[in-house]
Amino acid sequence: MWKWLHPYANPEVSYHFTNKLLPWLSALAAIFLSIGLVWALLFAPADYQQGHSFRIFYVHVPAASLSMGIYFAMAIAAFSSLVWQLKLADASAAAMAPVGAAFTAIALITGAAWGKPMWGTWWIWDARLTSELILLFLYLGVIALHNAFEDKNLAGKAAGILTLVGVINIPIIKYSVDWWNTLHQGSTVSKLGKPSMSLDMLWPFIICFIGFSLLVAVIICLRFRNEILARNSIRPWVRELVQKHNS
Amino acid sequence: MTLKAQSAQKTETSAANIDSSVVRDIVIDSTAVENSSVDNKAQLSQQFSYRHAFMLVLKRDLTIAMRHKDDIINPLLFFVIVITLFPLGIGPEAETLSRIAPGIIWVAALLATLLSLDRLFKSDHLDGSLEQMLLSPHPIFLLVLAKIFAHWLITGLPLILIAPLLAVLLHLDENSYTALFLTLLLGTPVLSLLGAVGVALTVGIKKGGVLLSLLVLPLYIPVLIFATSAIDTAALGLPYSGQLAIIAALFFGSLTLAPFAVGAALKVSTN
Repeated sequence: MWKWLHPYANPEVSYHFTNKLLPWLSALAAIFLSIGLVWALLFAPADYQQGHSFRIFYVHVPAASLSMGIYFAMAIAAFSSLVWQLKLADASAAAMAPVGAAFTAIALITGAAWGKPMWGTWWIWDARLTSELILLFLYLGVIALHNAFEDKNLAGKAAGILTLVGVINIPIIKYSVDWWNTLHQGSTVSKLGKPSMSLDMLWPFIICFIGFSLLVAVIICLRFRNEILARNSIRPWVRELVQKHNS
Repeated sequence: MTLKAQSAQKTETSAANIDSSVVRDIVIDSTAVENSSVDNKAQLSQQFSYRHAFMLVLKRDLTIAMRHKDDIINPLLFFVIVITLFPLGIGPEAETLSRIAPGIIWVAALLATLLSLDRLFKSDHLDGSLEQMLLSPHPIFLLVLAKIFAHWLITGLPLILIAPLLAVLLHLDENSYTALFLTLLLGTPVLSLLGAVGVALTVGIKKGGVLLSLLVLPLYIPVLIFATSAIDTAALGLPYSGQLAIIAALFFGSLTLAPFAVGAALKVSTN
């Protein structure tokens, strides 16, 4: 596996690889998202209790689980950059952080928009909402630390250490917030009990979920490509690329 | 006025002297290896002992802190003033105050620790002694731990001592005093340890102060939750050993893991 992975440590090779990957990923994301969203928003049956406002679920849940997933992906990238000194892993972590923050924000906003008709309030200090908010703070901390350094290599290392500290702390924070909630609040608002979904609701959800994951992959690839170019702007191959583009 | 300035300058320079002499001690340890012969092996092992290095750094940090007393007093004053502001803002009713007292005391403790963190590595980074420490043959883990311990002795301990007095001002429930003391005793070291990671990451940045709070405060949330819930539970007369056990677990977890992160972060920051 190492032999197969090894060439991708070269920025030029990975740049061209991402270039080849991008059209496929974009096409797949477009197909899945258009099928999934149309099915979910127009044809899937409305919830018997929540009516049509339940449909925001098809955006909210993928965003929420992707926000966690991107953080773990970032932590894996940070770990491999610290252990094996892979500079491209730094670049990919830097590419992921703002995407993750954006999806966390989407999850919070759609959650608030869903909470207003269902719970009658934009915000409650529910355990899941609170830990999602803290996750957003962690993301913003990583981004701010990354921006504070002039030298991008140092920035990547420092942000990597912070990401790893955060990834150890996420479960601790999550459990303590769960605990805090049960202690302070009791069960005034029951969490959304998820009855096992019927299949004609589940299928559009799965398609939406795959679609959003692909969308994340596309955005990260685009940002990763830019990071590579920005970091290697003095290399001859980047110059050749620019000249080819201009002519 | 001039006399005062002179004496201040004098303490500055003597602190600097202590700085350099201790750093020299640590560095001499490394040169001693090259000049070593069999007969001074005993002396060498004494110089190389972990305890020796730990005590050396601890003593140095405490001496410097003693010479800049306002560094100790200012965070403490901040702690007192913040706690005084809450009754003024919320109202003097004893019932309300005793309900929110644990939260106020702990949030103020978090903020006071945050303010004092800056001193942990900043001056050492500026005068170069931090780099010397990183170059010394002793494990960074140990030196970092000594510095954090010194930081806790300077900021955490006074906080614990003054907290009961402020608890009286806030009409904290009588049953809660032991809980307040125990949670502060176990919790403030965690604040110093986790804070050290944040400082180590931001020490090389010019305007690291605001950034530091953004990095560190989310990590403080578990301590805050369990400490205040322990105090609340104690006020109801219920056993709170569970919460204490979790804070103790946080303490030992951060005691073993945080110094590694601090060491790695310091290497990045000093580059």
